[in-house]
Parts: sequence; C-alpha cells; structure tokens
Amino acid sequence: MKVIKIDKNIWAGGIDSLRSGYRLFGPVMQGDAHEYKELTSDETPDMAYTNTRLSPKSVVFPQSEPMFTYSLDENNPEHHILKDAPKDYSPRAVIGMRPCDAKALSLVRMNFDTEEYRDPFWMNSYDATTFVGLACDSPCETCFCTSAGCGPYHEEGFDVLLSDCGDAYEAKALTEKGEKLLAAAGWTAEGDASVFEPKKAEAEAKIVCKVESSNLRGKNSLDLYDAPFWKELSFACINCGTCTYACPTCWCFDIQDENKGTEGVRMRNWDSCMTSLFTLHGSGHNPRDQKHQRFRQRFMHKLKYFVDKYDKGLMCVGCGRCVQQCPANIDIRTICNKMNGYEAAS
Amino acid sequence: MESYIGKIKEISERLLNDGTVECVVGFRKGTVALTNEPCMITKASDVQDLVWDENCRLNLANYLTGRKEKIAVIAKGCDSRNIVNHIIENKISREQLVIIGVPCKGMVDKNNPEVLQANCATCLHRNPVIYDELCADLVEEQKEVDRYEDVRKIEAMETQDKWAFFEDLLTGCTRCYACKNACPLCYCPTCFVDESQPQWIGKGTDPIDIRTYHFLRAYHCAGRCTDCGACEAACPQNIKMRHFTKKLEKDCNELYGWEAGLTVDQRPPLDSFKVDDPDKFIM
Repeated sequence: MKVIKIDKNIWAGGIDSLRSGYRLFGPVMQGDAHEYKELTSDETPDMAYTNTRLSPKSVVFPQSEPMFTYSLDENNPEHHILKDAPKDYSPRAVIGMRPCDAKALSLVRMNFDTEEYRDPFWMNSYDATTFVGLACDSPCETCFCTSAGCGPYHEEGFDVLLSDCGDAYEAKALTEKGEKLLAAAGWTAEGDASVFEPKKAEAEAKIVCKVESSNLRGKNSLDLYDAPFWKELSFACINCGTCTYACPTCWCFDIQDENKGTEGVRMRNWDSCMTSLFTLHGSGHNPRDQKHQRFRQRFMHKLKYFVDKYDKGLMCVGCGRCVQQCPANIDIRTICNKMNGYEAAS
Repeated sequence: MESYIGKIKEISERLLNDGTVECVVGFRKGTVALTNEPCMITKASDVQDLVWDENCRLNLANYLTGRKEKIAVIAKGCDSRNIVNHIIENKISREQLVIIGVPCKGMVDKNNPEVLQANCATCLHRNPVIYDELCADLVEEQKEVDRYEDVRKIEAMETQDKWAFFEDLLTGCTRCYACKNACPLCYCPTCFVDESQPQWIGKGTDPIDIRTYHFLRAYHCAGRCTDCGACEAACPQNIKMRHFTKKLEKDCNELYGWEAGLTVDQRPPLDSFKVDDPDKFIM
C-alpha cells in the first residue's frame, strides 16, 4: 500500500492540477455550516471543517435527480417514450470526506447494487467517483463511529485516506483509482506509513461515546416490534425529515413526474419514512398512519432489519448528524441501547 | 428559570397523584447540549425527570393536538397563546387541560447560548395568558421593544432586492418540514404539500417549489402565529422563516389590531367578518 507525503504548500497546486481531469467536490462553508458541493474553479476544499451538516451522499445520490424525459405531445412521433435524462458521468472526486460517510456509501451500495438490480444512476455516479478521505483527529462529542463498525481512520469505501500531520498530509492510496488521482495531482513524494497506526489509536481513544448493539442480531424481530417502549420513545418526535435527510445511510426515494406543458421529466427525490405519505396506499389505507409506527420503522430498519438481512452490522455509521440536528432530541444512541437491552416477557 | 422546576414537579406530582390529570406534558433533560426533549409523564414517580431551563424551545401546544386524555401541560407565554388557538380551533378542549403556567424569561438561541432567541428578545407576552397553576410569580413584561424592525427593513426594499433577500433566506432548505411539524398551527390532516389530487407543488428542490411551500405555509399562519419561534428552533439549516410569519403578524396587528392567542372569547379576524373590516389590500 503506497503512502505519499503531500506538503501543504503544494496541496492547493495539486488540487488545481486535478480540476482538468475531475469534477471536484468538497466541504466548503455555506452560510453558517460546512456542506459538500461541487467546487468552482477558484474554490478549494476547506479541510479545517469538523463535519458537514448534510452528508456527501448527494454527490452520488442528489436530493432531486432527473431520471428520464418524455413528451406528451401526440404530434411528436416519440411521445410517451421515456428517454434517458442528460447525465454527466465523467470522473469526479470528493476531497476530504469523513470515514463514516465513506462506509455509509458502502452500506448504501448493498441496496443499489444487488444480484437482481443495479441502479444505473447511483452506480454510474459511484463508479465515476474517486473518494479521498480525511481521517478524523478531532471527533465531535456526538460521534459514536467506533460503536458502529467504523472509526476515525476507517478505510472502507475510500480510494485515498489522508491523515493531517501538521505541515503535510500523509496520503494512503487504497485503490488503483486512488493512486491515479495522487499521480494526476502531481503528489509523488514518498510518505511515512508508520504515522497511521498511532494516530488511529489516539483518535479512537477520543471517541468516548459507546453504543451497545451486540445483542440486536439475536433478538426476535417481532419481540422488538411489539416492545412497549415505542410510544414513549417517539413522543417528542415531530415526524420531520431532518434525520433521514441528514443521514448518510438513508437511501429511500420517491419518483415524481413533473410536467410543464407537454414536456415532462421523471424525477426521483429523497423520501422519508418519517412522513405519513411514505406509506399511504392508493386505496387510502395507510399501514403506518401513527407516529410511533413510522418512528419504529426507521429504527427497526437501521438497527434490526438491515442487521438481519445483510449480516454486515448496523445501517448506521455513528456520524451523529441525526443526534445533533433532531429538533426534538430523538437520540439513536438511546434507542439502540434500549433495543439492545430489551428482553421480551416470556 | 431553573428555580421553577421544584414547583413544576410539585404541581405535576399532585395533579397525577390526585387523579386530576392522566399525564403531564413537559420537558426532560436532553442528551446533547442546549437541548431538552418534550416528554409525557404518566406516573407521579417520574416527575423527577422533568426539567425547565432556557432550552425548552419547542412549543408544547403542538403535543396536545387531538389528544383525548386529561392533560397537565407546562406552558410558557407563547405555548399558552397556542393553547388558546387550539381551544378556539377545537383541537383540544379547555376542560381537558390543567395549564401549569411558566412566567418565561426567554429561551436562549440554540446556536449561541449567550443571547436570547430572536423571537424571545422582542416578546411582549412572557407570562402565560391562560393558566390554572403558576410555577412562579409573574415576570415583568418587556416594554419598548421594537417587534417589527426587521420587517420594516424588508418592506422598504426594492422589489428586486426583496426577491434576492427571500431567495437567499431559503437557500439550504431541504423540505424536511421540521418548521411546519414543530408548529402547533400546522395540524391539517393532509398538508397541501402532500396533496396529490391536485398536486399543488413539486416535491423536489426546485427553488420555485421551496418558495411556494414557505410562502403558502406562512399565509396559513396569518392571524394565528404567536411568534413562538418553534419553526426556527427546529430548522436544522437555521433558516429564518419567521421573516414571513412576522410580516403577516404585523399586518394583522395594523389592520385588525389583532394579536393571536390572547383570548378564547374572540374569533380571529381571518375567521370572522365585520362590515367595517379593512379591504384596501383587495385588488
């Protein structure tokens, strides 16, 4: 595994070199918080950020994305035929992504890339992207990645992992894609691989928040579903989409046709299981018309159904965004511990 | 305000013990800084969980909508005004409620605990307007505050500047609907944003749809908004959508001399007709 040293005085120059071959995305200050966005030619990623408000899932899975275009004009010989919406799948790179967000994309991939289905929009974007991570040396107090199968130096899903070593980054190339990006940036100085292990241990020690999830796999789903605590835990929830939109592992979307005159676009938009409309049937019946049912679904999906279906741990990477942003202080850490410790009465 | 909690617990415990109410709606300590969690206490032994401080931003009237039990609710000034709204709009009956009034000294800004939340800084009704119990002596109401300075600034803008201001204001909105879901006024069984026959607005991030949502929601709150600030407190993107509702609040005040939620004895102006109602704004 190749490690390259990038002196910070050649960092911006390297980023500039990348612009001709990649569409670059990175964290930049937007209003009062950092967000990932496509960088303009005079922007460089702000590597001093702690974390972004929204995850970078939008780089491969935009909140609103045109899938197809069509015409309703019957004089048009191709009316009512769906055509691919114009797309740009040229190489792109996310610079300065946190390990939790990269692992999240690996988890989400399990949904979009299966033996039966391969979502072309998500996969084409994912395949076009080189993911350059920035290890977390100063985690937030709401971070619990080490309890969620992840960590501040976790490498899963990255092509390159950077560690900030003061005057320089040590860059670990993890894939061929990553090596290609480092070469394209002109970063070639040999680095020091030995810095990663001690820095990793130091960073992990800073994550003091622990969540218990080891019992979840062995629990009976129906016992958890019928557990008596859902109404109480969900009381404060206002059923908004804050947690689902901020979550890097939430992948649900809704499909909408938007027409203007006789021309239309079939869009897909992020959806949220916290809303009543999510499960409203055409008949008018709604299997989750109560708040606690929607609340239960979100946590059962992340912490039980996903765990059972894939046996790859939680559908949560411990980024803490939902904990920080929930208007009503619904805390997935509390709920996970409660589910993990629940024993149904025999 | 932390000193109120002893009395709040004492009243809550008594009401639960003597069977006056089935539950108490209040706040418990949050798991992250500067946050408390709305909660419902049903056992007298659990009243110890209740807290009261400057981080009880959400409006608890929002948690009363359509409930059937006999409820004690902890209500600061704005919560009490939204309870009045709820009573007028038949969302809860007065007989169901024991209102534990909290003379409020203002909530602190969720992003900067050194200052009061913007709506609290210009609040004229810190004391509950309707209550059955009080957890402390009434506080002195703020005087000589200019409630509409920011609205006048926007009113004075040229059309293009105003448009640019609103565009900038709504940047970052993800349509998570935390604002409307935290709002006690937004209780429609199906919000217009969720209607599909007809579908009033698109569901994506098109700025036209985002604007339409915020503008329409604000109009639905005209003459009803108490400026409790729950919308802004809930917004994960820190959007200041009170700019919209405050303009309508100011108009209602100027046109009808109306402040929402002060009395259960008078129908709101947009809910009633008088021969001498002003009509200059009708084109």
